[in-house]
Amino acid sequence: MSLDGAATIDARRGTPAAGARLPPGRAGRLLASRRVRDLGLKVSGVLTVLLALELCSRVGLLSRDWFPPVTDTYAELFRLGMGRPLWVEIGRTLNGWAIGLALATLLAVPFGILLGSSPAAYRMSRVVIEFCRPVPSVALIPLAVLVYGVGLEMKVFLIVFVTFWPILLQVVYGVTDVDPVVRDTARAYGLPAHARFFRITLPSAAPYIATGLRIAAAIALVLAVTAELVVGAPGLGQSIVVAQSNAQLPRMYALIIVTGLVGWVLNMAFQAVERRLLRWHPSQRQEESR
Amino acid sequence: MSRRVLGFLLELALPAALLIGYGLWAHRAGSFYFPPLDEIFRYFRELWLFDRVGSDLLPSLARMLAGYAASVVIGVGLGLLLGMYRPLRVAAEPVVEFLRALPAPALIPFSLLMFGAGNASKVFVIVLGAVWPILLNTIDGVRGVDPQALDMARAHRIPPGARIVRIILPGAGPRVFAGMRTSLAIAIILMVVSEMVASSNGLGYFVLEQQRSFAIPEMWTGIILLGVLGFVLNWIFLRVERRVLRWHRGARGLLAEHEPAAGAPSSLKKTPTPEKSDA
Repeated sequence: MSLDGAATIDARRGTPAAGARLPPGRAGRLLASRRVRDLGLKVSGVLTVLLALELCSRVGLLSRDWFPPVTDTYAELFRLGMGRPLWVEIGRTLNGWAIGLALATLLAVPFGILLGSSPAAYRMSRVVIEFCRPVPSVALIPLAVLVYGVGLEMKVFLIVFVTFWPILLQVVYGVTDVDPVVRDTARAYGLPAHARFFRITLPSAAPYIATGLRIAAAIALVLAVTAELVVGAPGLGQSIVVAQSNAQLPRMYALIIVTGLVGWVLNMAFQAVERRLLRWHPSQRQEESR
Repeated sequence: MSRRVLGFLLELALPAALLIGYGLWAHRAGSFYFPPLDEIFRYFRELWLFDRVGSDLLPSLARMLAGYAASVVIGVGLGLLLGMYRPLRVAAEPVVEFLRALPAPALIPFSLLMFGAGNASKVFVIVLGAVWPILLNTIDGVRGVDPQALDMARAHRIPPGARIVRIILPGAGPRVFAGMRTSLAIAIILMVVSEMVASSNGLGYFVLEQQRSFAIPEMWTGIILLGVLGFVLNWIFLRVERRVLRWHRGARGLLAEHEPAAGAPSSLKKTPTPEKSDA
């Protein structure tokens, strides 16, 4: 989900789209030059922020007591990246994340298909869903600690409980959103139920399921880090707290940056897989040509 | 009419069955961690009517609302700016993408260093988490404003201020609200998390503290209260959204859809692309 696709031609601005009017060679060149310019803008955006932070810290606008210069943080980040412990912590966080997300998917997709294909079942569970979904997930942390102790199981329980809902709702929505003409046509042609399911329902629900998974993946990471941070399950969150209480500020900031990078990489990966697997789907094609 | 009553009963059947099932099981099992319902409700009455409302509930709500309000103002303001000026948008993209992907609770230690253990650090964390869905949806909404309306406004020399208030903001309205709905849930979650670390009052503090002193029924009352709070705030939000966006639903012919059709999730209105959600 980029703020602005690199190849976007702003036809909406009122200026005629470059690609539509110009001979292909020139349009391509224009597009390429635009891409280069955008890259320059992005790089300068990041550099501006980093430079501003560095200056503020060096000059003393941001107190050194709690904000070391960015260069120190990055030096520490580099040192950490070279060593093994950082990767162990990342692995621990991702371990809980992956198990929780996988379990939630395994539970939510069949349930969602059931609720999506049976209005009566949906109505019956509606109140429960509507009540459980807005419950702030983190309220369950104390309960999870009581029942499962401080460890992987607690993290997994929290992640499953919380990511279950967004996946479920997306699946229900996807299954109910099948084009009725297509569904009726398939029925009229006498396609057997399982073929209807695998050929029609599942493919047309796929983009929704993918969206649900992407949302759930981000939430799962937040929960994993929160659990580590609040109750001290081993992982990135815990090492941030440890660094803070040892007053190793550059290390703390470096670990926060690592956490952000992990989230960013996961998000990118999900988007890339989604684009690749759903290349055939109209929603993706639209996005590309837009 | 009787059909509606029947449908209503059907909707209530499962929750009722679950509650009764839990009640029976908890009585029989006598589990330490899962106390019977009547015990929880007795404690709930003792604690939350209205003994701890002033000391824990209100501070939590105040911090949450402050953080949420700041997120809306910052998100919509920045969103307008970035949505209208492409170079700025492109330049800001990597930074925004990174900050958005960063799990907000990871910033709690940073916030504590910067603001101390008071209210400011908690509000700061809430803003850092809740601002992104509003920002991104506002940008998208602004970019999706009908270009003909904009050209028309320009041709009629409508000043930029009025253009923003009369055309761009209403045009982006539905997307802004979609973002605000996602952000509301995030703000509540971050309210709880921020109170679980270095705090002396608030719902998050209360729940964790009760667990640490093994006051299990008390802990459950906190969890239930948080659930009710999330539910109520969401409900209020949907009311406000329906009112503010009445013209939009009317223009789209959605007004007749007051009662969501059976089989369609009421929380997921017809939107062609799933909204940008975030955590």
